[in-house]
This record gives sequence, C-alpha cells and structure tokens, in this order.
Amino acid sequence: MDFEFNNGRECIDLCNQNNKKIWEVMLEREAAITGKEKNEIIHYMMDNLQIMKNAVRKGLYEDVKSVSGLVGGDAKKLRERYENHKTLSGYRMNKAVASAMAVLEVNAAMGQIVAAPTAGSSGILPGVLITVAESFELSDEETVRGLITASAIGYIITRNATVAGAEGGCQAETGAAAAMAAAAAVELMGGSPEQAFHAAAITIKNIMGLVCDPIAGLVEAPCVKRNAIGTANALISADIALAGIESIIPFDEVVEAMYRVGRMMPCELRETALGGLAATPTGLEIQKRIFGEQK
Amino acid sequence: MKNYSMFDVIGPRMIGPSSSHTAGAARLSKVARKIGGEEITEVTFYLHGSFAKTYKGHGTDRALVAGIQGMEPNDENLRNAMEIALEKGIKFEFVEADLGEVHPNTVKIIMKGISGKTTEVIGSSVGGGNIKVFRINGLDVEFTGEYPTLLIRHIDKPGAIAKVSLILSEYDINIAFMRVFRQSKGKDAFMIIETDNSINEEVIGKTKALGEDFISVYLIDAL
Repeated sequence: MDFEFNNGRECIDLCNQNNKKIWEVMLEREAAITGKEKNEIIHYMMDNLQIMKNAVRKGLYEDVKSVSGLVGGDAKKLRERYENHKTLSGYRMNKAVASAMAVLEVNAAMGQIVAAPTAGSSGILPGVLITVAESFELSDEETVRGLITASAIGYIITRNATVAGAEGGCQAETGAAAAMAAAAAVELMGGSPEQAFHAAAITIKNIMGLVCDPIAGLVEAPCVKRNAIGTANALISADIALAGIESIIPFDEVVEAMYRVGRMMPCELRETALGGLAATPTGLEIQKRIFGEQK
Repeated sequence: MKNYSMFDVIGPRMIGPSSSHTAGAARLSKVARKIGGEEITEVTFYLHGSFAKTYKGHGTDRALVAGIQGMEPNDENLRNAMEIALEKGIKFEFVEADLGEVHPNTVKIIMKGISGKTTEVIGSSVGGGNIKVFRINGLDVEFTGEYPTLLIRHIDKPGAIAKVSLILSEYDINIAFMRVFRQSKGKDAFMIIETDNSINEEVIGKTKALGEDFISVYLIDAL
C-alpha cells in the first residue's frame, strides 16, 4: 500500500514526498485499508464531531452528575468563571479546559461520547479542537481534518506503545489524547507535519510518568481534571511547536520511552485503584462509601 | 498485527463511563440476547471479578440490562435501561460470583425467554469495548464479535460443515475463521464462522432450511 506508515518518521516522509498534510496521508491510508470512499470516511468522522460537540454543550450548560455522585458540574463552574471574570490563563484556554471537563463529566454521567482514544481521555480532543475551531472560525469540514490528523498520532501510539491506562498509566492514556490534540491543533493552524509531531512529542514528554490512580477505580477522579491539564498541555505544546521550537528527542523515541516507563510502573499505579490518589485515606473512604466494605 | 482504522482510535461512540465496564458489558448481553433468540422475560447476571466489585459505579448493571433488551452500547436510553426493563415487566437480578480462572470482567448470563426456554452464556469484556464469548449452554465456544459471526447450533454429523460452507461460497462470503465445538460425538455442537463480508437474511434463511440437524442459526453483527 502506498500510504502505509508505522511510525512518525514514516508518516512525515510520506507527507513530504507527496506534498500532503498528515490528515491527507491518514485519509489515503484509511481508504486503502477499508476500501471505503474518502467522502464516506469524512462523513462518518463528521458524525463523531457532532457527538463531541453535543457532549461539550451538555457538560457546559446542563447539570450533570456521575452515577457515584463523585463528579459533575465543575465544567459549568469554570464556564461561569471565564464568562464573567478575568482569568489567569485567558478565555480560550479556560474554555478549552472547561469543554474537556464537560465531556468527561458527561461520560461519567452515562452520556454519549466518542472514545478518543479511550473513554477516560475522551475530553481532550473535543476540548482543544472545538475551542480552536470556534476561536478561529474554522468550518466543520476543517475541524474534521483535525480529528483525522489526531487519529494518525493515536494510531502510531497504539501501534508502537499503548493508549490504555491499565497498561501504560495515565501518561499513555491522557498523554496520547493530548499528543493527538496538539498535533491536530498545529496542523489546523497551518503548521508543518514536522511541527505537528514536535508538538505531540513535547506533549508526551511533559507528562511522562503520570500514573493512573482513579479513586474507587471509576473513570471520574482525578480523570476529569487530568483531561483538563491534558488540554492545557496540548495547547501550550502546540504553541511551542508553532514558534519553531523542536522536541530534542524525536516523537518515535518519546513514544518508545513512554511505553517503557509504563511497563516499569507497578500494577498498583495502572488503573487498579490500589495506589496513588486511590490509596489515600480520602480516596479509600470514598471507595468505601460507593462500594461498601467488600472491596 | 491488526490493521488499525482511524475509527479504532477515534471511536467507538458509546455511553460512558468505561469502554470495558459499560460498552463491553452492553455488547456482551446484546450478543447473549441474540443467542437466546427471543424476547427475554427473566435474567440473572452472575458478575465476576472487577465486574462484581465495581458494577454499580460503572453502570455495568444498567449496560447489561440495556443489552439484554437489544440496545446498542451508544443508546442514550442505556442509563434508564433498568427502569425501562421494569416497565416491560422484565425481571433481572445481579449476583456476585466466582466464575473461576477467567478474565476479571466476566459475566455469566442465565436468561429465560418468552417461550420459557432457558439459555446460559458466559463471556468477558476484554477492553476497549471488545468482548469474548466462551461458553453457551455449557458448551465451550470462542468468538469475539470483531467480525460478522454466524453461530449455528447443530447436531454433530458428517457433512454439516460442508453444507454450510457451500451456502457461504454461493454468496461469495469469505470465511476468516471457523471453529466447531461439540459436547460429544453425534450430540449437540456449535459451528462458529467469522467472515470478512457481511451476511444477509437470505444466507440465514438458507442455513436454517438445511434440515432438522440445524437447530438454530444466529448472526452477530461486527462491532
């Protein structure tokens, strides 16, 4: 197949040889492996974008509460702050962060989301892309290209490492989502494929080693806030890359290092709710309250 | 290595909070309902491992009850599935159980249909919304639902496989994987055929019409 790639380097080479963007190369690849028309693929991704938009809106404007009662309503609080006050990190940053939290809160409240790449990290990509699209008046067609760019980064990480918190910790899960979002944001702003991969690499480097330690094992806390920080990380890393700053370690090596770090993590810190925040006195008390004494 | 699609990365569309504890659970019980082959009136879910410990917080209970009514993992009604089941008069129960050396997210589903027939299905939610069914009515089987899957309960006799594969070849359907599981020689058996192409109603009808040795035929759509 002409447009197959196994890592970041091969993806960049394909882009440069064919004078294409990452999203174009990824779309060619998808059409080749599935036998589907490009229009059909774009149409399906467009539906994913609509579900993401709905989840953002719901979390920002409606009262959502998770099944356990642990999370919900924080996105709305942050929206009220950035709409009515001068914020430290600015309107756009706060809006993106609140949007990411909104999606995770909707997820925890058993609402509809698109895993991106997982349910636990599903807020970051919509948070970044929908906010960037609104700020820079990008059409849905353009925003969908961002989702496709993001999927290329996620595919490479899935193929060469992991995006599962249970396998590689939160660095792998929200780290992958943030790297995907950073690369997409760079490409949407006119950055080169190289810059997009630098942004993705910088994003993962920034949170390397982050553990997965959900309270009571639920996709709620600290997941909502880890999606918040993943969103900020993606936007900052995208700006760093767009300024022409490079990641000293290339993307593929960063992904490999991230994977190795994940494998070194004890199982207590990989989604088992046996370590980190889950094992704090408060974390354990919450767990007892939700599930009783049995666990 | 699996050839990842962009929708393996951005997807599936699902009801939260967890692809393994919610989406996978809904899918497992939806497949179980297919195997039951009729409307379910009573069901008991035996929850093992992580399912047993965390099912309430992850909405695994609602997801299971949703699937047993035929809802998809991305159905907005999933969160109200238990209320909807009660309105329909469907009885359901959850029992924490030790199902042995199995995946931590495993459930045994024992259900009774409107005809009074009881069916037992055991399967695991293995991550990312993917599932593995490994026992049906006490018979060991194995399929994942990643491909369109034909599930044929038949009597273990020579020629049974040839008859089915002939129908598939007539319709130009390529078999990706095929396995046959039986209780003992000449008794109840399951043929599980995972295909590269989608399977239409005509194929199902022809397979059902093969004769009384073919007890039931179900199609499980791909994820």
